[in-house]
Amino acid sequence: MVGKNCFAIASDRRLGVQLQTIATDFQRVFKIHDKLYIGLSGLGTDAQTLYQRLVFRHKLYQLREERDMKPETFASLVSAILYEKRFGPYFCQPVIAGLGEDNKPFICTMDCIGAKELAKDFVVSGTASESLYGACESMYKPNMEPEELFETVSQALMSSVDRDCLSGWGGYVLIV
Amino acid sequence: MECVMGVVGRDFAVVAADTSAVQSILVHKTDEDKVMVLDSHKLMGASGEPGDRVQFTEYIQKNLHLYQFRNTIPLSTAATANFTRGELATALRKNPYMVNVILGGYDKDAGASLYYIDYISTLHKIDKGAFGYGSYFCLSLMDKLYHPDMTVEEAVDLIDKCIKEIRLRLVVAPQNFVIKIVDKNGAREYARRDLVGDNASVDAATTVTA
Repeated sequence: MVGKNCFAIASDRRLGVQLQTIATDFQRVFKIHDKLYIGLSGLGTDAQTLYQRLVFRHKLYQLREERDMKPETFASLVSAILYEKRFGPYFCQPVIAGLGEDNKPFICTMDCIGAKELAKDFVVSGTASESLYGACESMYKPNMEPEELFETVSQALMSSVDRDCLSGWGGYVLIV
Repeated sequence: MECVMGVVGRDFAVVAADTSAVQSILVHKTDEDKVMVLDSHKLMGASGEPGDRVQFTEYIQKNLHLYQFRNTIPLSTAATANFTRGELATALRKNPYMVNVILGGYDKDAGASLYYIDYISTLHKIDKGAFGYGSYFCLSLMDKLYHPDMTVEEAVDLIDKCIKEIRLRLVVAPQNFVIKIVDKNGAREYARRDLVGDNASVDAATTVTA
């Protein structure tokens, strides 16, 4: 979710196999660089593999260009990597959030084959995505300060995952 | 029907597994060791397709030894877990290994650690975990009875309670189990819990008269 010169990215903490919960501390939001984060919902193994590939690509980029990747560029990279596997995809729906030029927040989401969806307010993904759309739509206000943004994101996350049996067991909210 | 479970205590990790080798309705053997000692301070309990299980665990064990020969120092538990995950992930979309792994190890700096790696190479560091039908009974038991920094006796008691529950409540339950432990002194077999077979205690087969 976008705020005033800041963004929030949040996820739940459950690792499960259908009805069975394996762990309640699974990490789903990963750092690419200080001002760029990616959240990967969907199949746990593909989220881990995809994260490792993206970190690899970003480190190479840093070596060649001697700077961090812009969020828009990174989103295009993720989209390309996902579409490469068009007929054997990674079962992941990424949510990308970063601060671009002049700390302007950038968010986008994609489906598992890389169809980008840019938004100005919020993006969601995962098994509770419909719930999340509803919660975010009703709670969102433009230009929220970080403290208020944190409250909004937390409340939206908690109320949505409570209505989804496959999500939950805590939340993890990051404000940048 | 195969069960593998693991628990982390104070400076040690316990990995236990059933010891049945079953094909359809036939029990081939009741003393099949499914917890492989990878090296001096690592245990890998594995369950799944029998051929894949032996093949994959031996492959990991040999590669670990190779690393140690080449680099004169052993791989850490975390690195081993990530290596194992990498091998499973690479094979996943070509020729997958149907093997679930509980990897326990002890490192001087990191202490005892336990890793859950399922057959589609999901990796997660855990304090307690289990695979198989037995996990439906064990995981909630562990959630209730586990606490951090358990002693060896407490951890083995927890495993024993899990084994008792599996024997009681799982249809066609495996009867015999092996418990292995890894701590600063190394990885070794701690105990067997046999109800049937050559090593079963006489008491186990005794009937109780009123």
